[in-house]
Amino acid sequence: MTITRIIVPRLILLFFVVFGVAIITFAISHLIPGDPARLIAGDRASAETLENVRRDLGLDRPVTDQFVIYVRNLLHGDLGTSLRTRRPVAADIATFLPATLELGLLSLVLAVLIGVPLGVFSAIYKDGPIDQIARTVSVCGISMPVFWFGMVVILLFYAKLQILPGSGRLAMAFAAPQRVTGFFLIDTLLEGRFDAFLSAVRHLILPTFVLAFANLGVITRQIRASMLDVLQEDYIRTARASGLRRRVVIFNHALRNALIPSITLLGLALGDLLYGAVLTETIFAWPGMGTYVVTSIQTLDFPAIMGFTVVASIGYVLINLVIDLAYMLADPQIREVG
Amino acid sequence: MTAHSVQRPHALSIENLSLEFPTYAGAVKALDGVTIKVGNAEIVGLVGESGCGKSVSTMAATRLLPEGRYKITQGSIRLFGRDPMAMDEEELQQVRGKLVSTIFQEPMNALNPTIRIGQQLVSVIRRHEALGRKAAEAVAVNILADMLIPEPARIMQAYPFELSGGMRQRVLIAMAFSCNPGLIIADEPTTALDVTVQAAILRLIQGRARRTGTSVVFISHNIAVVSQICDRLYIMYAGRIVESGPTRAVLDRPQHPYTRALLRCLPERVRPKEPLESIPGTVPNLLDPPPGCFYRPRCPEADARCMEKPHSTALPGGQAVSCWQRAGHPSHPSSEVPS
Repeated sequence: MTITRIIVPRLILLFFVVFGVAIITFAISHLIPGDPARLIAGDRASAETLENVRRDLGLDRPVTDQFVIYVRNLLHGDLGTSLRTRRPVAADIATFLPATLELGLLSLVLAVLIGVPLGVFSAIYKDGPIDQIARTVSVCGISMPVFWFGMVVILLFYAKLQILPGSGRLAMAFAAPQRVTGFFLIDTLLEGRFDAFLSAVRHLILPTFVLAFANLGVITRQIRASMLDVLQEDYIRTARASGLRRRVVIFNHALRNALIPSITLLGLALGDLLYGAVLTETIFAWPGMGTYVVTSIQTLDFPAIMGFTVVASIGYVLINLVIDLAYMLADPQIREVG
Repeated sequence: MTAHSVQRPHALSIENLSLEFPTYAGAVKALDGVTIKVGNAEIVGLVGESGCGKSVSTMAATRLLPEGRYKITQGSIRLFGRDPMAMDEEELQQVRGKLVSTIFQEPMNALNPTIRIGQQLVSVIRRHEALGRKAAEAVAVNILADMLIPEPARIMQAYPFELSGGMRQRVLIAMAFSCNPGLIIADEPTTALDVTVQAAILRLIQGRARRTGTSVVFISHNIAVVSQICDRLYIMYAGRIVESGPTRAVLDRPQHPYTRALLRCLPERVRPKEPLESIPGTVPNLLDPPPGCFYRPRCPEADARCMEKPHSTALPGGQAVSCWQRAGHPSHPSSEVPS
C-alpha cells in the first residue's frame, strides 16, 4: 500500500527527470561551438568526407528530428557512439561503471562500519578520550582534500613503504576477469583465481580508504550529534529506569532513533561518492566512471559526456528512492501513516 | 537482611540525605538533610514546588541522576534494606523495573517512538522474569487489560504515536507494574494529562498498588491530587522536608506556614469570583541559600529565631514539622486552619 505510494511517484518523477536532462544535454551539445563531424573526420578531411560523416551522424537533419531520434535512442538504451573510443557509450559505461560502484560501495560500507560505532561511542563517552579521538578523526576526514590525502597515502604506502599498489585495479601479471558482475572481487572468485582476487583486494585498499575517509568524518559527526540528542530523550530514561541492559538501551532504543536523521546524510554520501570518485579515480588511475568522464571532457567527447550525465541523474533519482524506502523502514510513523 | 529480623525493612528509607550538583558557579544544594520513609504497601505523597528536590530524592534512590554530576555530602539511602550507592551496574539494572519502577511525567515522550508497545513491554518483562516470548506477551496483554486499555491485543501491535496521552500513560503504568515491583515511584504521572483523565489514572495506580501490596511514592506539586490517594504526605521546600504526617492530619491541621499557604492556594478552597491566592516572593536560589529557615523570606510569621535552621519537631499523631513557631507548642496553630 504505502510502498507503492512512495515508489510510483518516484518512477513518474524519474521519467520527467530523464526527459529534462535529455533536453539540457541535447541543447548544450548543439549550443557549444565546434563541429562533431570535424572532430571525427579530422582536420584534413575533404568536404565530401565531412558531408558523409554528417549524414552518418544525422547532423544534416532538422534539430527537432535530431532530438526525437536522440530521445528514441535513449529509450532503447542507445546513448550514441563515443567519438574517442568509437564504441557505443552504453558499452563504455557498462565497462567503467562497475569499477566505480565497486570502489564507491566498498568505501561507503567501510565509512558506515567505522563511522557509526565511532559516533555512538563518541556520544556515550562524551568528552572522554574516545570522543576526542573520534572528533579529531572526523575533522581531519572532513577538512582534508581527497586529492592531497590520496597523494600522501600513495607516497607513504606505495612509494616509501612499498607494501600496497598505488594504481589500477589489478597487478600487470593478471588478466582482467571475464565480466560477469564487473566487480573484480566477485568475478575473480567466480573464476576461482584466488591470487587475482588478492591482487584486486590489495589494489582496492588505498583508494577505498581515501574515499571512505571523508564520508567517515561526516557520518561520525552526524551519528554523534543525533545520539547525544536521543540519549536525552525521556524514553531512554524510561528504558534505563526499567532495568534494560545498557547495550539494549544504546543499540536498540537509542541508535534506532538516532539513525533516522542520518539516513538523508547516508544517501547524500552515496551521491557524493560519484564526485569523490572522479578525484580518487584520477589519482589512483582507477579505470572507472570518474576517469572516463574526465577524459571525455578533455577530448570534447559529447556523446560520452551526455551519456554519463543521463546515467548519473538516473542514479540520483534511484538513490532518493532508496532513501525514502529506508525512511519507511526506520520510522514507523512514516510507514504506518504514509 | 537476615532471616530472623523481626521487622521487614522499609521499601524506601532516605535518611538525612544531602546532595549537591557541582556547577561552575558553585555547588547547588539540591537536598539538605532530607528524611523520607516509605513503609511496605504504603502510599506516600511528596509535595512541593518545581525544583524543591522531589524528583532528585527519588532519582538519587534509583541512581537515575547523571553519574558523576552530583555529590552526596551526607546521609544514606536504602531500598528494601539495600544501598543503591553500593550497587554495580548489573545489580542496579536488576533492581530497576523489578524491585523499583518509575512512572515519569511526560507520557508523550516516555515511550520509544520506533518500537511497538508490545515489544517495549515484553522486553522489560523478559529482562526480569524467566519467561518465553509467548508467556511474556500474555502477561503484557493481561496487565494492559488491567489498566482498562480497550483491545489490549491490538494496542500491543501499535506504535506510541497511535495512542492518546492518557493511553500512553496507562501503558507506562502497565510497564511499571509488569514485573510486580515492591515500590513504584510515580513522578507527576498526571501533570501532563487532562483533568478528566487525571482522576482515572490516579485510581488505576492506587487500585493496583492496594491489590498487590505495592508501595508507592507519589510526587506532585498539587497537594489536592496527592491527598486523594496517599496515606502520608511529605511537604518539601527548597531541598528540605518542612512537614510530614498522615494525610488527614496534614490537611486538617497544617503546621508549617508553607503547608498552609499551599492549601490556601487551592482553587477548590476559594469561593467563585474571589481572587485566587498565591504565595508572595520566590523560591530561594539554592546556589546561595539564605541563612536559617529557607521559607523565612516569604513567611508572614518569621521572627529573629528563624535566622537559625529549624529542627524537625515530632508532634502527636505522627506529624512532624520544621518550624521555630511550632517548636514547643504543637497545638497552637490548629485554630487558624484555613477553610
